[in-house]
Amino acid sequence: MKKTGAEIIVESLLKEGVRVLFGYPGGSVLPLTDALYDAPIDFILVRHEQAAAHAADGYARATGKVGVCMATSGPGATNLVTGLATAHMDSIPMVAITGQVNSTLIGNDAFQEADITGITRSITKHNYLVKDIAELASTIKEAFYIASTGRPGPVVIDVPVDIQKQSMEFNYPETIKMRSYNPEIALPMDQIKKAAKLIEKSKRPVVYAGGGIIISQAHDELLEFAVKINAPVTTTLMGLGGFPETNELALGMLGMHGTVYANHSIMESDLIIAVGARFDDRVTGRIDKFAPDAKVIHIDIDPTAISKNIRVDIPVICDAKQGLRALNKIVKRLETDAWLKKIHGWKTKAPLQYQTSGQKIRPQYVVEQIYKITKGDAIICTEVGQNQMWAAQYYNYTKPRTWISSGGLGTMGYGFPAAIGAKLGRPDKIVFDIAGDGSIQMNIQELATAVANKVNVKIAILNNGYLGMVRQWQELFYNRRYANTPITGPDFVKLAESYGAAGIRVKKKADVAAAIKQAIAIPNVVFLDFVVEPEENVFPMVPAGEAIDRMIGGMA
Amino acid sequence: MKHIIYALVENKPGVLARISSLFSARGFNIDSLAVGETHDPTMSRVSLVVDAKEEKILDQIKKQLEKLVDVISVTDLTKKKFFERELILVKVKTNKMTKQKLETLVKKFSATILSYNEKAAVIEAIGEKKLLMELLDCLQPIGIEELVRTGRIAIAQ
Repeated sequence: MKKTGAEIIVESLLKEGVRVLFGYPGGSVLPLTDALYDAPIDFILVRHEQAAAHAADGYARATGKVGVCMATSGPGATNLVTGLATAHMDSIPMVAITGQVNSTLIGNDAFQEADITGITRSITKHNYLVKDIAELASTIKEAFYIASTGRPGPVVIDVPVDIQKQSMEFNYPETIKMRSYNPEIALPMDQIKKAAKLIEKSKRPVVYAGGGIIISQAHDELLEFAVKINAPVTTTLMGLGGFPETNELALGMLGMHGTVYANHSIMESDLIIAVGARFDDRVTGRIDKFAPDAKVIHIDIDPTAISKNIRVDIPVICDAKQGLRALNKIVKRLETDAWLKKIHGWKTKAPLQYQTSGQKIRPQYVVEQIYKITKGDAIICTEVGQNQMWAAQYYNYTKPRTWISSGGLGTMGYGFPAAIGAKLGRPDKIVFDIAGDGSIQMNIQELATAVANKVNVKIAILNNGYLGMVRQWQELFYNRRYANTPITGPDFVKLAESYGAAGIRVKKKADVAAAIKQAIAIPNVVFLDFVVEPEENVFPMVPAGEAIDRMIGGMA
Repeated sequence: MKHIIYALVENKPGVLARISSLFSARGFNIDSLAVGETHDPTMSRVSLVVDAKEEKILDQIKKQLEKLVDVISVTDLTKKKFFERELILVKVKTNKMTKQKLETLVKKFSATILSYNEKAAVIEAIGEKKLLMELLDCLQPIGIEELVRTGRIAIAQ
């Protein structure tokens, strides 16, 4: 039986197991919107297309499945751009379907026309403009395959409205093979043996684990590896949850706002075993001073990550899980007692800390309380800025996919829609968005989406009346000139209520825990407005361009 | 240092744009770029001359190219034995004195005079970069009005 292009898209999505789609209708996706009307796919109508992209991304991060979003041509498609760039930077599997103007009008500056494949070329893993209905099904198959394999990433499929209306026999390809794209990498056993040899000689090893651990589900293998060789593990922002922070080998996060002991461990190490991480500038600080005595083993699926920023001695190009599994078979316990003892000394001398006395609400305290009350079992989404760093520092992540944050691109406004996506992917979980009063206002319209779809996420606003991270930099490096960083907002409680959500304002430290418990108990979307100490800073901190052991708030 | 590399790519719309935007987005320098279909019409070959000061940059260029979904393979010819050619078309001013000069030059460089009249002559030359540069040096005093070049293409021995 013949199907329309729009029906072919829907059938293909069903074949790919898609059950939730985040989107917004418009002129160029009318046929698709109509075909979706009867389909067993939950269409989550967002209030701005940017949120559709972030929600699909949050869904993907929480579940490991491909997140799917949809928007119309022109402004609909361009509104996805920030979400695509966010997903691209953090290697998140996503497929975005955009409507395009009639194929005969492409290039004519038609109404709501934008060259979205041109615009998204450098912020997607791949993209397509489908000009022939005969290629529609195979293109969708390819898109899901490319998005979810190798180093994952977002893929855009731009479909002109006339292609959605044409008809054709539907045949979904069962298998796929592309001569120009092969994510199946044979395990490089020679390199793995070389790595094992280098590990054997190390006296001061550090495992540096990134988002690749989460993507390849290598958390068990990572734990086995670290315990087996008896080496400490530091995770990147993207790697949080990949190694249990409650384990004694855990060093927490490293880098600009990493722990003092993680940064010192890296700097004094003789061997860095990087797994699924990319030596981002927020991690390395000043490159020429980075870990001067360390040899580097780098396990990564993406060859371009090797020796991009830091010279690698032994590259191991493969999937993190397979690589660690192979290593686990051959490595032995190292004599690292003296090294671990030294690190323990740093931990004792310079733990993560903030002022706990007094009645003011410190934002770190709020994060700690969320951790305690949820017993570390919630999914924590964040916005970007101070809220993100405190959420990274003061909540002990022990399981993968419980931490959802825009790492590479640092997108304010990400957390709330991502939390909606995460909750729809994992309805069994308590989902928090830890936000700032600045960031939350960037996608606050999604209150309507959350309430309408009964997506009961809890938003903890650390309300300090500032764009806090920028204010912190102004305090430290711009002579306290707070240019455009004091920021006002609505009455968040009243605003939440006007949308049909619940709002709770908390002004006293003594009320924090009770408010969090209350928010969890309320079967609705809840805005928690924590009025916190306005000029609290995120410490420790490596000033931009410094070596990572030169930390403000580090060891005296 | 200049390197000649080539990429075998899917012969699809947008592939050239992907390659050129990769170079601009990552700040790599392209000296020349030539594209054409191969013996297999589903594939094209992109010949690139790139300027990479460090080995590290060349390495990144090759790996980033390979990472593009439509790129089938990337080969660096710099360390291999290869033939490279470029075609140039040059328009030079003419006067009573030039005909003899041009004929001598054309013979020396195995070039061709495509047209000649009292105002201008068009010359075609094919060869390695060095040879063509020498020819252009010789034509300079006569007066070059226009120059078009294809970019360098290369093939391994």
